[in-house]
Amino acid sequence: MLYALVLLPLVGALFALIIPDNRLRPLILPVIATIHIVLTSFLLGHAPPPSHGGWIWLDPLGKVVLLCISLLFAVCAFYAVGYLSYRQERPNRVLCMGLLVCLSAMGMVTMAQHLGLLWVALETTTVSMAPLIYFNQNARSIEATWKYLLICSVGIGLALLGLLFLAYSTYVAHHEATLLLGPLMVSARGLNPAWLHAAAIFLLVGYGSKMGLAPLHTWKPDAYGEAPGLVGALLAGGLVNCAFLSIIRVYQICLASGTEIRFFQQAMLGMGLLSMAFAAVFMARQADFKRMLAYSSVEHVGILAIGLGLGKGALYGALFHLLNNGLTKGVLFLSSGNIHRSYSNKTTDVVKGALTRLPWSGGLFLAGFIAITGSPPFSPFISEYTIVSSAFIDGRPLVGWLFLIFLVIIFIGMALTVLPMVMGAPPVNIEPTGYRDRLLTVGPPLFMLTIILVLGLWPPAFLVTLLKDGAAMLGVKP
Amino acid sequence: MNSFADQLLVLVMLINLVMLGTSRLNFSIRAVAVQGVILGILPGLIHPFSGHLAGITIGIILAKGVVIPYLISDAVHKAHIKREVEPYIGYVPTLLLGAVFTAISFAFAEKLPLAPEHKDLLFVPASIATLLTGFLLLTTRRKAISQVIGYLVMENGIFIFGMLLTEAMPVMVEAGALLDLLVGIFVMGIVINHISREFSSIDTSRLRTLKEE
Repeated sequence: MLYALVLLPLVGALFALIIPDNRLRPLILPVIATIHIVLTSFLLGHAPPPSHGGWIWLDPLGKVVLLCISLLFAVCAFYAVGYLSYRQERPNRVLCMGLLVCLSAMGMVTMAQHLGLLWVALETTTVSMAPLIYFNQNARSIEATWKYLLICSVGIGLALLGLLFLAYSTYVAHHEATLLLGPLMVSARGLNPAWLHAAAIFLLVGYGSKMGLAPLHTWKPDAYGEAPGLVGALLAGGLVNCAFLSIIRVYQICLASGTEIRFFQQAMLGMGLLSMAFAAVFMARQADFKRMLAYSSVEHVGILAIGLGLGKGALYGALFHLLNNGLTKGVLFLSSGNIHRSYSNKTTDVVKGALTRLPWSGGLFLAGFIAITGSPPFSPFISEYTIVSSAFIDGRPLVGWLFLIFLVIIFIGMALTVLPMVMGAPPVNIEPTGYRDRLLTVGPPLFMLTIILVLGLWPPAFLVTLLKDGAAMLGVKP
Repeated sequence: MNSFADQLLVLVMLINLVMLGTSRLNFSIRAVAVQGVILGILPGLIHPFSGHLAGITIGIILAKGVVIPYLISDAVHKAHIKREVEPYIGYVPTLLLGAVFTAISFAFAEKLPLAPEHKDLLFVPASIATLLTGFLLLTTRRKAISQVIGYLVMENGIFIFGMLLTEAMPVMVEAGALLDLLVGIFVMGIVINHISREFSSIDTSRLRTLKEE
C-alpha cells in the first residue's frame, strides 16, 4: 500500500508523457490526486508496520506531512485543469510530469526512515520543481529558476555532507556506520559528540536553505514570485513541509543524544526569529504581491522553527501549524494566481479593486490574508496561539514578546499591500483579459478555505490524536 | 595500496588547482571528468572487492567521468562560448587562495577526531580541499557553466569523504544520489541554454532583474 503512494504518481507521469493532447493531458492530475487522497486517508487509519530492515515506515510525523501534501496536491490538481485551460498556448507536458514526479518524491520523504533515502527523495523534489518555476519561459523566470536550482542544490549538497558526518560519528563510536533512524536514535548517546555537532550544523544549513529559513532564504522571493500560482502553492505548502520533516528527523536524533538538543533548539530559535524579522522588514511596502507571499512563507517557516526550538507544548502547535500554513498558502497562491491572470500584472500599482473585478478570487485572497496573519476563527490562529502561549508558560517571555511584535508588524505590512489590492475601484484603463472566475479556478481554493475554517472551529478528533502522537515522538509526555 | 590511493588524492588536489587557474572551459570540463574517474577508482583501492563496490565504481565512472562532462560540454557547445571572462576575482588570486585553502585543510584535518585507521590517509584533507575549491569556483566565476563545474567539484569533495563509509550508504541510496546529480546537471544544462538564448550570454551577473527595490 505504501509503495502505491510512490508508484502511482510515477505511472501518472508516464501517462502525461504519452498523452499527446495539450487539452486532455491535465485531466490526469485530478485522477491521480483523487486516488492518492483515498490511499492517504486509508493509510492514516491503517498504517502498515515498519518494513523489513526498518527503511520504510509511515510514522505519525510522516502522516501529518502526508495529509497536508495529499490535500494540497488534490486541490492544486483540480485547479490546474482550470488554470491550464487558460494557458493553452503553452505546452504543459513538462508541468504535468514535474508535478507528478514531485508528488511521488514527496510521498517518499514522508515514509523514509533511512536518512540517505530521505535525502535522495528531497533532492528529487528540488530537481523536479525547477522546470515548473520556469513555466512562463521569460527572462525573469529563468533568473529565478537558476537561483533556485543553484542555491538549493548547493544547500542540499551540504546536507549530504552533514549526513556523512553523522554516519562517521557512528563509525567512530562503534565501527558500524548507519543512517537508519531507529538504530541512530538507540545509539545516539554513545555517538562521537564532535562529529554529531558538525553533522547537526551542516544538516541545519542544508535543509534550512531548502526550507527557506533566514538568512538562507534569498532564492525564495524570486522563485515564488515568478512561478505560476499552483507551483508556488506546492513550493510553499509541499516542499517546505518536506524540508521541515527532514529537520524534524535531525531533531529526533539530537533529542535522543541528550546533549546536542540544546544547541539545536537554540539554533532553531535564532533562525526562526531572524526569519520573522526579515519577513517583517521586507513585507512592508512590497509592491509585488507574489513576492509578498514569499516573505509570508519565510515568516511561517520561522514560526515552525520557533515551535521546534521551544519544544514541549509548542511542538503540538508546530505540527498543527505545518498543516495550517500549507493549506492557507494554497488558498493565497491559487487566488493570487487568478488575480495575476485577470490583470496580467502582479504589482499593486495596477492591481486595485480586485473585490469588484473578481469578487470570488478577491474575496478568497482577502480571507486567506486574514487567516495567514493568525486571526480567529481560522486554524492558523490556534497553532500560533499554542506556540506563543507555550513560550510564556516555559519561561521564555523574550521569545514570546518578539514573536508577537513581529506578528503585529507583519500584519500591518501585509495589510498595506493587500487592502489596496482588493478594496476600491479597479483601474479603468487596463486591457481586458480572457480570465473570468469559474468553478475550477475558484472552487479548489474555496474548498481549502473551508477546511482551515473547520480545523479552526472544530478540529476533528482523529487529527488531534495524530498531532499528539507526533508531538509524543518528539519527547512530549502525553 | 594505500600509498597509491594517496597519490591519486594528491592528483585530485592538483586538478583542483588547475581548474582554479584556467580560463578555458573545455579544459575545466576535461579536468573535472578526470577527477570523476579517479573518484571511481578510489573505493576499489581501500575496500575489499564486492559486488556493491563494483557497482559503485562503474556508476561513478560512468556518471562523473562520462555522462556529466558530456552534458556540460554539450551546453558549452550550444551556448557558443569558450572562455570564462573576467571572474569576480582573478585567476592568480584564486589560485593562491586555493593553495592556501589546501594547506588549511591539511592543518584542519590533523585536528579532527578521526577513527585511528583513517588518521594517516589523505582522504579527509583532500575532501575538505576539494569542497573549498568548489565553493571558490561557485562564488568567483560569472559564467553559469563555471558555476555548474564548481558545484560538481563541491560534490566530488563530498564524495571523497563518503568513501570512508561506503557501508553506511547502501547501493540503492548511492545510485539515487548519483541519478539526482545527473538529472540536476541535465536540468542545469537546459537552463543554461535558455539563459544564453534569452540574454545572448551566460553571464550570471546579468541575472539581476529580481531584487528588492
